[in-house]
Amino acid sequence: MLSSTADNLFWMARYMERSENTARLLTGLYHMSLLPARRGAQAGLWEGLFQSETERNAYLAKYDSFKTDPVLTYMVLDRDNSSSIRSCVWSARENVRATRHVLTTDMWETINSTWLDIAKVTYADMQDMGHHEFLEWIKVRSHLFRGVAHGTMRRGEAFEFWRMGVFIERAENTIRLLAARAHTFKPTGPISREDTATLDYYQWGTLLRSVNAYKAYREIYKSQIDPRRVVELLTLNEEIPRSVMACVEEICQVLEGLRPRSRCFEQARDLLNRLQSARIERVYRTGMARFLEDFRAGLHDLSLQIQKDFLMIQ
Amino acid sequence: MNLSDREKLDIFDEMHAANGDIRAAYRDYSAWLTDQSLERLRQKHAQADLLFRRLGITFTVYGEDEGGERLIPFDVIPRIISHDEWAILERGAIQRVDALNAFLHDIYHEQEIIRAGIVPAELVMTNEAFQPQMLGLDLPRRVYAHVSGVDVVRVDDKTFYVLEDNVRTPSGVSYMLENRETMMRLFPDLFAQSVVAPVDRYAEYLLRSLQAVAPMGVDDPTVVLMTPGQYNSAYFEHAFLAMEMGIELVEGRDLFVDSGSIFMRTTEGPKRVDVIYRRVDDEYIDPLAFNPASALGVPGMLSVVRSGRVTVCNAMGTGVADDKAMYCFVPDMIRFYLGEEPVLQNVPTYSCRKPDDLKYVLDNIAELVVKEVHGSGGYGMLVGPKASKAECDDFKRRLKAEPDNYIAQPTLALSTCPTLVEEGIAPRHVDLRPYVLSGEKTRVMPGGLTRVALKQGSLVVNSSQGGGTKDTWVLEAPVAIEEEE
Repeated sequence: MLSSTADNLFWMARYMERSENTARLLTGLYHMSLLPARRGAQAGLWEGLFQSETERNAYLAKYDSFKTDPVLTYMVLDRDNSSSIRSCVWSARENVRATRHVLTTDMWETINSTWLDIAKVTYADMQDMGHHEFLEWIKVRSHLFRGVAHGTMRRGEAFEFWRMGVFIERAENTIRLLAARAHTFKPTGPISREDTATLDYYQWGTLLRSVNAYKAYREIYKSQIDPRRVVELLTLNEEIPRSVMACVEEICQVLEGLRPRSRCFEQARDLLNRLQSARIERVYRTGMARFLEDFRAGLHDLSLQIQKDFLMIQ
Repeated sequence: MNLSDREKLDIFDEMHAANGDIRAAYRDYSAWLTDQSLERLRQKHAQADLLFRRLGITFTVYGEDEGGERLIPFDVIPRIISHDEWAILERGAIQRVDALNAFLHDIYHEQEIIRAGIVPAELVMTNEAFQPQMLGLDLPRRVYAHVSGVDVVRVDDKTFYVLEDNVRTPSGVSYMLENRETMMRLFPDLFAQSVVAPVDRYAEYLLRSLQAVAPMGVDDPTVVLMTPGQYNSAYFEHAFLAMEMGIELVEGRDLFVDSGSIFMRTTEGPKRVDVIYRRVDDEYIDPLAFNPASALGVPGMLSVVRSGRVTVCNAMGTGVADDKAMYCFVPDMIRFYLGEEPVLQNVPTYSCRKPDDLKYVLDNIAELVVKEVHGSGGYGMLVGPKASKAECDDFKRRLKAEPDNYIAQPTLALSTCPTLVEEGIAPRHVDLRPYVLSGEKTRVMPGGLTRVALKQGSLVVNSSQGGGTKDTWVLEAPVAIEEEE
């Protein structure tokens, strides 16, 4: 396959996955923003979305406060924001358009009709429909696209590059989701006291729900919601499809099939080993934020190495 | 029908004879059409638009953002051609393309047609599209134009005129295919007892033609389609054809020259390419040989072509044959190379570089269509009868300044075809572009692209100027004949 085609497939998958993850993230935050104010859940809630100075400045160049309406406008529909949901769907669609000769007609039609629908949406439409419903719709369109890809694509290189994009993006997003909360950990804190437990319940419970892992948490831990357990579930548990471990396992599988003797496969296995040998207590002691940041850097390097090994960048 | 009296008298309508009778080719369709309500047709029309948009059969409008994708309007009423009429068109188109290919081989070799005094040397040698680098180069099967579009119009019962030949990188064939696909989805009942010749093997024949011209000694050639990229106005067609043929769709940046061959960059390393069906113009194809600013091409491609290690389709330098000044000589080429009389006629053409012709054109400009020799897409032309005095005067000035740059033709009474427009079903002017493939043999797909001028009375069918398209039906012979293969 052409390297440039592989590149397009990889990014098509990443953008589509990103749009879904942004929708999930926003759903969680939106729910939190509706909690009673005295719980203190709102302080810095939307502002926390902008993790770097660049992101913050880009936002503030257009809007003056971190309130629900402007933030949602910016994150969902803003054309100037290259990571808004609308922009992600557009980029995904353009990448499909560039490779439609290797994809099935159904895939093109699915992404194209999603784009044609979202292209017309205004913030007023979103309010009419309800923020929750609208974000749910985005998620469903992403599910649909993934389903169509699974159900119609030939199991060959194209399929594998698509899978790789999905799982790298998903792993990154799960880390990002957790990292946004990392500042709430105290380095040596004891198990939550009663007063913070309620807040934890809301915040981390919402986070779990936003990645469909609330029920799994209950089944596995059968206890109250403890932030450390949430991080353990979403990073180290291979049974949870959006956990970092599950994603890295998939990436390893893909690379082993495509190119067992390559730098990128080595790097991926390295990341997997790091996860397999990690213990949440130790991670907690050494600092959650650092652990997540290191891993995010590792994923970023892996993504670059993949692009190098398959000549996607020169 | 709201044919005005004048139109009834002067203009050939594809469906209705002058006395109001339905022509034979339209008989079944007309019976079906009588049963349809206007409302249903409009509904189907809307459905077609939706289908086209969903499939992404759009063309890109430069300078607009994400929204810059437009549909070419599609008309649900087909243009129908009888078996006998088609037989003439087919023979004529093949004859013309064969002669053009012979001409191209000749001018890049012995130039006998120039020595015989038939075509003036300066018309060839000073032509911008002439590529001296192609001189003396032997191409597989002597084919230069592998894909050609011959634009024809009809003016009466018997006469089809060739308006122009397109032997560079003609586009539009995806509309021929998708229009049919759409018609079959919208009106399955019409095709149920079908006598309409299928067109869907086009991609297969195209691939076969391309494979047939692979460099000597290559058994299982790797064929690719080269596009300027996804923001090109015909990108949909490039992707569509690559998909239908099951070949890679490449851009210049995917290809490179190494040790005398062309390779594409793949995930498994470099892979040699043998045949390139390019949809990039000559000027942009090799920045070393042509436009150094081109980012679309492959540096060094021409040298590989010259060494015969890759075949580029259509060949570089074919444009010299489809130029509007060369057009006048095509009937002579047919006589000279094939020893036959032309089946299809040229439109009488005045070459403004000849003083007598220029004088005639200046005196009669209000009756004529004036075109730039190198123009295309309906730009840079004057339709005398529709133009204001000021526009005519402006063109006169240009003609006097640069006579070589213009030709003129009488305003043709293009035939009309019933078309669904706002007022109902009304006659609109149409042309036709059949597609001719040359490789192991020359063949024409039974059909083509019918373009229709949607504005009442308008003769300009180009999509860039508000034209639309129709499905083109060629009726099969009453008794089925065996397939050729």
